[in-house]
Amino acid sequence: MIDLSINGLPVSVPEGTTILDAARFADIPIPTLCHHPKLTPYGGCRLCIVDVKGINRPVTSCTTPVTAGMEVTTTSPTIEKLRKTILELILSDHPNDCMVCEKAGDCTLQELAYFYGIRENRLDGERRVYAKKDDNPFIERNMEKCILCGKCVRICDEVQGVGAIDIAYRGFNAKVCPPFEKNLDCEFCGQCVSVCPTGALTGKAWGQRGRQKDIKEIETICPYCGCGCSITLHVRRNEVIRVSSREDTLNEGWLCPKGRFGYSFINNAARLKTPFIREEGKLKEATWDEALDFIADRLGKVKAKYGADSIAGLSSARCTNEENYLFQKFMRAAVGTNNVDHCARL
Amino acid sequence: MKTDIVVRVCMGTGGIAAGGAEVMEAFKKLLKSKGLKAKIEKNCTMHKVGCRGLCARDVLVDIVVNDSKTTYQFIKPAMVERIIDEHVINGKPVEEWTVPEDYYLFHSKQVKVVLSDCGSVDPEDIGSYLNVKGYDALKKVVTTMSPAETIGVIRQSGLRGRGGAGFPTGTKWEICSKETSEHKYIICNADEGDPGAFMDRSVIEGNPHAVIEGMIIGAYSIGADAGYVYIRAEYPLAVERLKNALKEARQHNFLGKGILGTKFNFDIKIKLGAGAFVCGEETALIASIEGQRGMPRAKPPFPVYKGLWGKPTVINNVETLANVPYIIRKGAGWYSSFGTEKSKGTKVFALTGKIRNSGLIEVPMGIPLREIIYDIGGGIENDKAFKAVQTGGPSGGCIPSHLLDIKVDFESLASVGSIVGSGGMVVLDEGDCMVNIAKFFLQFTQSESCGKCVPCRIGTKRLLEILERITSGKGREGDIELLEDLARDIKATSLCGLGQTAPNPILSTIRYFRDEYDAHITKKKCPAGVCRDLLSYVILAEICKGCGACKRVCPAGAISGEKKQPHTIDADICVRCGACFEACKFKAIGKG
Repeated sequence: MIDLSINGLPVSVPEGTTILDAARFADIPIPTLCHHPKLTPYGGCRLCIVDVKGINRPVTSCTTPVTAGMEVTTTSPTIEKLRKTILELILSDHPNDCMVCEKAGDCTLQELAYFYGIRENRLDGERRVYAKKDDNPFIERNMEKCILCGKCVRICDEVQGVGAIDIAYRGFNAKVCPPFEKNLDCEFCGQCVSVCPTGALTGKAWGQRGRQKDIKEIETICPYCGCGCSITLHVRRNEVIRVSSREDTLNEGWLCPKGRFGYSFINNAARLKTPFIREEGKLKEATWDEALDFIADRLGKVKAKYGADSIAGLSSARCTNEENYLFQKFMRAAVGTNNVDHCARL
Repeated sequence: MKTDIVVRVCMGTGGIAAGGAEVMEAFKKLLKSKGLKAKIEKNCTMHKVGCRGLCARDVLVDIVVNDSKTTYQFIKPAMVERIIDEHVINGKPVEEWTVPEDYYLFHSKQVKVVLSDCGSVDPEDIGSYLNVKGYDALKKVVTTMSPAETIGVIRQSGLRGRGGAGFPTGTKWEICSKETSEHKYIICNADEGDPGAFMDRSVIEGNPHAVIEGMIIGAYSIGADAGYVYIRAEYPLAVERLKNALKEARQHNFLGKGILGTKFNFDIKIKLGAGAFVCGEETALIASIEGQRGMPRAKPPFPVYKGLWGKPTVINNVETLANVPYIIRKGAGWYSSFGTEKSKGTKVFALTGKIRNSGLIEVPMGIPLREIIYDIGGGIENDKAFKAVQTGGPSGGCIPSHLLDIKVDFESLASVGSIVGSGGMVVLDEGDCMVNIAKFFLQFTQSESCGKCVPCRIGTKRLLEILERITSGKGREGDIELLEDLARDIKATSLCGLGQTAPNPILSTIRYFRDEYDAHITKKKCPAGVCRDLLSYVILAEICKGCGACKRVCPAGAISGEKKQPHTIDADICVRCGACFEACKFKAIGKG
């Protein structure tokens, strides 16, 4: 363990801990925009600067490991002035349209602008302009809101292992984009959307469907596959308007495109809600009892006429292990065949 | 008596641009056609040499007859025949083409260590370097000295990094040598990118083996098994000569396995930079070699602990490494006899701008700036008044005339708000606008910022915008204070050296030339007459002869007047291009 002091408070943390993590451990807030606990420290936004005794310039707490006896000061008039300048710079190249922004109320940049009371900006100047791109149904990119924190680039590379985007160009023209600035054409997992601190990346599915007001958040499990990721449904007026996942879950907040964006079936008019039985070529609505009785009856007849091995069962990866176990048990013990398989085996 | 003749043609980039290749070809052809080949074949050598400094006089040619050297300047292929006839055959130098006395003045105040063999050895022939004791230092080190002893010599010499930061080289090597790792690396940083700087290019073009020898000695000292030269792709000649030199060094077993019969294995690869200035920053350079986007990362960890591929890595500048063989050969005491108490040895500068003798110079640390400008540089071009010297490129600052007697070393330049930097030295005269100079450097740093951190990416853009509005006559009251305030915040918060030093040209020009900023903002005038938006041209009726020269060259049709009658300029149409000003033979056009 390394002993240090932060704002005069003694703190003890394991070796290799950064100043930022040590401060968070001690419940001392430090603002950041580019830091994510699961991604490689970046040091790009410069907001997390702190003073360390003996070092003559501020250091970024997200990239600096603690050392024994270190004396850290996280706030001072000088540090706060520097942070304010950085925020003014970011906001000088950011659309002032929080009133229509999808991210309002849940935006780290907006929150920081609020805390630092930035309204007028002495550093106003040219702003980047981007042509709208992408016809994919999942991810909305508003690149003029991008603050180049690089979280999307890092999550795509480090967590998803895809590397669909990176930073191109230099200076003020630097931008995050797919190769050759083409349309975004990736697996659309939306991990980038989940870490974007501003409204630069949002989901098309939840555009203008409601922000924070009147939203209920309901914790549940994703129904798509046996992984069983924890998801949070954002529900407004009995309608799921968005899916997210919290960082403190087994899936660590990561989701795939189906889990994150594939919820439009819930309120879809064409969604099947009851079983159907085909009678004389036409599907007729039935109850579960009727349907199961029908299946049992037909399976019995087929088995009697052609033998048990004329029947095969295919199970689904959407089922849990327990359900799959029961299914093979049913096929072997009740039906009497080893013809049982599972789509996830392929 | 046997006649020993050597013809040397300057073929650095400057020499080639001035026609060095054609001159060399003419010598070859004419020597042959005049039958001189048969006569002096065995004794006549002719070869290329790299830059010898005074690029302004290229093509420079040395004719050495029996060790007596005559140097010619401004040589064109058509002049070769006369030189051969009169000098080589009849032994009488062509006096009117030889360099005048100031050529020797240019050299007399210089002390050449790094450049001592540049301009005399053939950069494409290892034999030529071996003849001047090349690789003797390497032999001495690997066969008689331990790594610790070698580092000791470098430490004692007081050699400090020549790339700009001035970190003691011996200390850097020592830290890295104490790290234990399966692999270690040494990288030669040849990503020279400062506008107006060409020291590293000239050293590699002129004497690539000195750099390679320095690198091998460094590798031996720290225990590195592989090295890289990270060099800009914009230096094709340097790359070509370096490749050739590496091949030659391998053939002589200075590189490869079991170097000179010892157990020491080391080889060097070349990595071409793709044109990003920021890749001269060591962590960005490492990222670039690793195949990533060239963006700096936060330090610590420093590369000596965790560098290329996460392994301990020493990164040295070209000039630093080129010093090493000479220090080993001639001793630490010899090297530290040059320079000041804290800045030892010599430094190579690229002297450019409004100076008479622009070129490459090497001077002892601590030499007064005045001697560089007036003795070596020969003073200001066209006898204009000296205004300032910009040192250290986009990271540096300017030194005004009242500080001309300052000593040129790390500490002294830092004390007046500039830096030694990598060695760019741009001389400015009364015709240069200091706000415009600051704008030039900010345009450079802004477009070369990698975009990773906010203060550099957006901050330098805002600084540039403020400068643009000042130079276009839209400056506001308080802009100087805003520049100073923002500049200080950018310096304090930027991630790497690029952003931390990018505001320096602004701060230093405000410090010494605040009145020029004031004139732009409050009087809407550019005192140097450079900023076009603040200029106006008028024809002085009492001087104008009505010749019509100005009217003919005006691209906007802004000038009117009858022949032999005074003309006038319509200020509303005038685009302030200055063509009339240049065209008027009677100085009848006023600018202000």
